[in-house]
Amino acid sequence: MDTDLTWLIGGPQGSGVESGANVFSKVCARVGYQVFGKREFYSNIKGEHSYFAVRISDKKIHSNVNDVHLMVAFDSETLFRHADEVIKGGAIIYDSDLESIKLEDVHNMDQNFKSRLERQLKSKNKESSIKGILETAKERGVAMRPVSFREILAKLADDTNNPKLKGMIRMFNVIGVSLSLGILGLDPKPLLDSIESIFIKKPKIAEINKQAANYAYNYAAAKFEKTKFLLNAVTKEPNTILVQGHQGTAIGKIVSGCRFQSYYPITPASDESVFLEANEILSVHEDRPGSTVVVQTEDEISAIGMMIGSALTGTRSSTCTSGPGFSLMAEALGWAGINEVPVVITTYQRSGPSTGLPTRHGQDDLLFTINAGHGEFPKIVYASGDIEESFYDTGKCFNFSDIFQVPVIHMVDKFIASSVITCKRFDPQKITINRGKLLDKIEKTPYKRFEQTPDGISPRSKLGLENGIFWNTGDESDEYGHISEDPEIRIWKMDKRLSRYDQILNGIPKDDQLVSHGTASHCIISWGSAKGPILDAIEMLKKENIDIGFIQLKLLNPFPTEYVKSLIKNVKTIIDIEANHTGQLGSLFKQNIGRDVDYFILKYTGRSMTCTEIYDSLKKIFENKASKREILKHGA
Amino acid sequence: MALKLSDYKTEVHNDWCPGCGDFGIVNAVQMALAEMNIPRHKAAIFSGIGCSGKTSHFINTFGVHTLHGRVLTFAQGAAIANPEMTIVAAGGDGDGLGIGAGHFVAAGRRNVDMTYIIFNNGVYGLTKGQASPTLKLGEKTKSLPSPNTNYNVNPIGLAVASGFTFVARGYSYDVRHLKDLIIAAVKHKGLAFLDVLQPCPTYNDINTRDWYAGTDITDEAAMQTHSRIYKLEDTGFDPLVHYEEESELNEKLSQALIKSLEWGNKIPTGIFYKNEIITPYSGRIVDKIPNYLENPPASQKISSHGKPITDVSAILDSLQV
Repeated sequence: MDTDLTWLIGGPQGSGVESGANVFSKVCARVGYQVFGKREFYSNIKGEHSYFAVRISDKKIHSNVNDVHLMVAFDSETLFRHADEVIKGGAIIYDSDLESIKLEDVHNMDQNFKSRLERQLKSKNKESSIKGILETAKERGVAMRPVSFREILAKLADDTNNPKLKGMIRMFNVIGVSLSLGILGLDPKPLLDSIESIFIKKPKIAEINKQAANYAYNYAAAKFEKTKFLLNAVTKEPNTILVQGHQGTAIGKIVSGCRFQSYYPITPASDESVFLEANEILSVHEDRPGSTVVVQTEDEISAIGMMIGSALTGTRSSTCTSGPGFSLMAEALGWAGINEVPVVITTYQRSGPSTGLPTRHGQDDLLFTINAGHGEFPKIVYASGDIEESFYDTGKCFNFSDIFQVPVIHMVDKFIASSVITCKRFDPQKITINRGKLLDKIEKTPYKRFEQTPDGISPRSKLGLENGIFWNTGDESDEYGHISEDPEIRIWKMDKRLSRYDQILNGIPKDDQLVSHGTASHCIISWGSAKGPILDAIEMLKKENIDIGFIQLKLLNPFPTEYVKSLIKNVKTIIDIEANHTGQLGSLFKQNIGRDVDYFILKYTGRSMTCTEIYDSLKKIFENKASKREILKHGA
Repeated sequence: MALKLSDYKTEVHNDWCPGCGDFGIVNAVQMALAEMNIPRHKAAIFSGIGCSGKTSHFINTFGVHTLHGRVLTFAQGAAIANPEMTIVAAGGDGDGLGIGAGHFVAAGRRNVDMTYIIFNNGVYGLTKGQASPTLKLGEKTKSLPSPNTNYNVNPIGLAVASGFTFVARGYSYDVRHLKDLIIAAVKHKGLAFLDVLQPCPTYNDINTRDWYAGTDITDEAAMQTHSRIYKLEDTGFDPLVHYEEESELNEKLSQALIKSLEWGNKIPTGIFYKNEIITPYSGRIVDKIPNYLENPPASQKISSHGKPITDVSAILDSLQV
């Protein structure tokens, strides 16, 4: 049997849930397991509920499942919200000090959820309290692992003669992780190493944490029986990295030669810019050090303006934002379009409209992104399906923008941003750098920025290049870039720019336009981060000998119509899966292919899809029990 | 090779109204570039939207005609990526102090080494004369249906308060003086702001060329009219922050602010405030990235034979499990 275990840790925001989960993920990855972790959190700094679900396996995994096998709770809300997810045979490690808490005592939980839970518990004749919710879990066959976290701290304080430790509730996360490893019977050594590397500059704190970890690990190992879930021995694959959501695009930008990034803070995009700034000085083979200049601007309008200004100097330039910020960029996007300026905008989507669910996932910006900006101008919209893809795709996006001299919008999302995965170490040598018709020297004078050429793409000068003077304007313009309202010029320039779409479809290799994971009589179409749970759901179906196809669209504008048509010729049932309400890819599909989508599997709770719920809906489709729109709901 | 004034002129037909104050500004910019002998490819004129937005097309250097209100954003991006360029941003008062006011304030805080010229005429000319942010409360220019209901922005005061380190005012009909101010602004290390009073002959029938010339006011004793415009430097006004002390800084800031409030029969021009002590943005980058000026973004080599040359192995090592 395979190893497939999900560990969930929850607690108030700011209590170390994320760092606890990162340590747990690292420990599992060091042992050799494949890791897929995902964080959920409120738009809040301290106090609201956040949790991290980490799935580990001995096989390659791409998503979360519904089931939780081992849960750690150091606050009552985590128990109220997640106890139901722990399955038979699983275990809950919780702070025994919480046992007396009643639902009504927990003030920061919203009333809607409390009323729902109260009704649910009442129907099972349980009281609305931790006691009640734990009883329901126990009856399902979940093992209880109560531990007094405070007692552990007190014991530790006594043993080490350090009374201060008694109040160190910040160590709850380390204790929770250590208890978990003790119960799972995993080697604690990588945990101690991880603590050491996290607190490398604070050896005293590292020591205290290591003591707490050892104590808690031994405590759990001695007191509780090991979990029944099989943990196969694994050998670590060489060159494995544990990487977080924003790091794929950030490292991709560094490798691709992006040397200027302007941004305005927004969740969940800012982490990428902060990472770039934290790593701003770059070591360069056989050259002096390089650097990425990161500018935090006054708003997203300034961010896109600065990026374009920088791109005009020949610098590979970028910005990173999310839906609300991208909305503000729409006007300047058109300016980049009419002036054929190569720029890359990375957008980490979240749930809209307006501020929407600011820290939650969504794929609701597809059609907006494709249509952003008034007027008609070419732009490329390109979507990555996971962190690993986002690294290599970043390199491609910069090449596309340089070769076709168009703005490229690279779409990722909150699901990707807040996941942590193991994958093969990124290989920078797989990225190529193609600057298209960017000039280093002017051969032909007078230079004309928008010179007529057979392919409609003109040699591109840059600010500072001798004899390469040009003009740009948001108005329609002539070959030099001076304003022109002449009807003939207008036709020529519009044709010049919009013929770019054919160039793009012919120029981008087919394998980069979409990924066909096979086609069968039933075929899924999807895009972006829905890829992961879809792949895992397909694996689940395969075990039942159910064959299903999957086309993952990456190039969304221009749409690879002919290629898609050729792939789905023999497909009988098209199933569109995406994280929005209206099935935007489905609309795009219909508009371009002229064919209806048969089923939609959609989710718009702001929580990412699990492979379990996609599997369930696909099964219903195969059994003819599905509705046209299957709406997914899993996740707190 | 020395460049002539004519080298900085393009052949693009200028379609500003006859008598427009903008002509004087374009001439002054061209004269300043010629006098400093800046190679044409080392200068870029960025402009906003409106009549002033066309400026970049009339000057024979790189010219980037951007979006309404956003000229400073484009210009700063270029100046940061390629600090070797001489960058001049030009825009209207509506452009820079209305729709672009947020960028104006933020640019002051940043102090990027470049020059920003506002063509200040009190109206939105290209959309037929609506009130701009610098028009005084209660004034009714020609095409307004009723008097202006908004208080005016004080561009000099706002620049001083926002952190611009060179703040000056010119008058578009005193082209030589304006040219000298532009040269001083371009040479200043940091963000220089020039408020240029520029009569709009078509829509502003209050602040006209004659009004600035003071034809409506008579000096009783001399029995003659006198211009409203005067030069601060003629009065012994010292705009320079001489040393790094709070009292000195506060004195120079407040005298600039007080002078900026002067309007009516006497309108000061010249340099209001100049601070060479505050580090320009490039210096702040150098504090973090020591070789930024020798190897700025625009100069960096990023590939060899189509392959990346940036070494990210240290980053990847830190992620390795």
